[in-house]
Amino acid sequence: MKSKELLVAAIENGTVIDHIPSQKLFAVVNLLHLDRMKTAVTIGFNLQSKGMGTKSIIKIADKYFTNEELNQLAVICPNLTLCVIRDYEIVEKKTVTLPDELRGIVKCTNPKCITNNEPMNTIFHVRDSVRGTLSCHYCNKTIHLDEVKLVEELKN
Amino acid sequence: MEKRSLVTIADHSREKIEYLIQMAQEFEKHPNRRLLEGKVVATLFFEPSTRTRLSFETAANRLGARVIGFADPKVTSGTKGETLKDTIMMVSNYADLIVMRHYLEGAARYASEVAPVPIVNAGDGANQHPSQTMLDLYSIYKTQGRLDNLDIFLVGDLKYGRTVHSMLTAMYHFNPTFHFIAPEELAMPEMYKVFCREHGIRYVEHTDFNADVISSADILYMTRVQRERFTDLMEYERVKDRYLLKLNMLGKARENMKILHPLPRVNEIEYSIDENPHAYYFEQARNGLYARQALLCDALGITLEDIRNDKTIIE
Repeated sequence: MKSKELLVAAIENGTVIDHIPSQKLFAVVNLLHLDRMKTAVTIGFNLQSKGMGTKSIIKIADKYFTNEELNQLAVICPNLTLCVIRDYEIVEKKTVTLPDELRGIVKCTNPKCITNNEPMNTIFHVRDSVRGTLSCHYCNKTIHLDEVKLVEELKN
Repeated sequence: MEKRSLVTIADHSREKIEYLIQMAQEFEKHPNRRLLEGKVVATLFFEPSTRTRLSFETAANRLGARVIGFADPKVTSGTKGETLKDTIMMVSNYADLIVMRHYLEGAARYASEVAPVPIVNAGDGANQHPSQTMLDLYSIYKTQGRLDNLDIFLVGDLKYGRTVHSMLTAMYHFNPTFHFIAPEELAMPEMYKVFCREHGIRYVEHTDFNADVISSADILYMTRVQRERFTDLMEYERVKDRYLLKLNMLGKARENMKILHPLPRVNEIEYSIDENPHAYYFEQARNGLYARQALLCDALGITLEDIRNDKTIIE
């Protein structure tokens, strides 16, 4: 063990999401609906990071996410590290992978798309996970991951 | 009953396209039948399109169906704030099939997901217009005797032209060679060129439009260059007359070459060409009737065999 002071206190059980680019922190919070959590959530924002300059970290006590929930995060930050914590120990490390289909997460950039004019969920198909191209299930518009806007982001 | 909506031709295999062409051939032999007697077809036009609506309604009427619907969105509850889903659910209680034209892209896909009855897309914004594609394919097949290995020249507005985009995606089964002839401002969008490259479809791009360029065409597909598509009106003035088809440009054309146009035409095909044996756009529009009869029957679960054994033909 390195004897380094933790800026965000360790949790006994739960999930740690590390290496979040700082500007993406609140998008992650929105995507996982952390504002609706009943258990303790500790957030470190703009922490020093050797590899990334600054980073953010989120520790969520007593909460384990499904892979499906976590994979949504790949839409906004593909290089996250996720740790499952039990009894202060990391029992599992996970990486996120872009799912084949994104439901109700990404907003279509086409203003004439039905999804922007009707109370309904968006559906995007991942066309190329390397290049990060998605296409709208409804209007066929192709968008790139680096230009996506999230549905949740817009509601807030 | 299995739901058999038609949202886009891209959902269809080569075999299915050929099957629908065979159906259309049967309807061309005998367009008047009582095959859909007792059925109600709704035509919901959230955006006016007289020619498409008349063609669909004629197709339904000539097969003995009754037609309900609206031609003008101003008379619907959409203007009162009703959602598309609610309108579709309501009409599904009355009709066996819904033909829908909508100004929003993806509306047909969404309607087909929520409706308990089949939806036939009669155009959704700039997205898809599969019945136009089907009649184009039927016209090509009729005039060339095949769909395979043809040289297809697309002329005019290739940027916004929905019909030319659908043509690309439908023809990819048939090993075509495309020629794109358009002003730079209305050139074929990159995503369709990527589609061609990914599917091994050959294409050549031209900005010139003359007798030599079109001499190797089997199909010359003309579209309208619309003034409102240009951000720079000077540019429009400069190119508008460059993509007009004139009679004296047909001297080097192949004998089998046919000129198609989705209509309405403004001035992009010289009127003197109408009498020329290469002109085919009016027959093409008539083929729309047979193609739409095929699409309506297919959506209602009527098979080619049913049509060949049909005893309800009105001579």
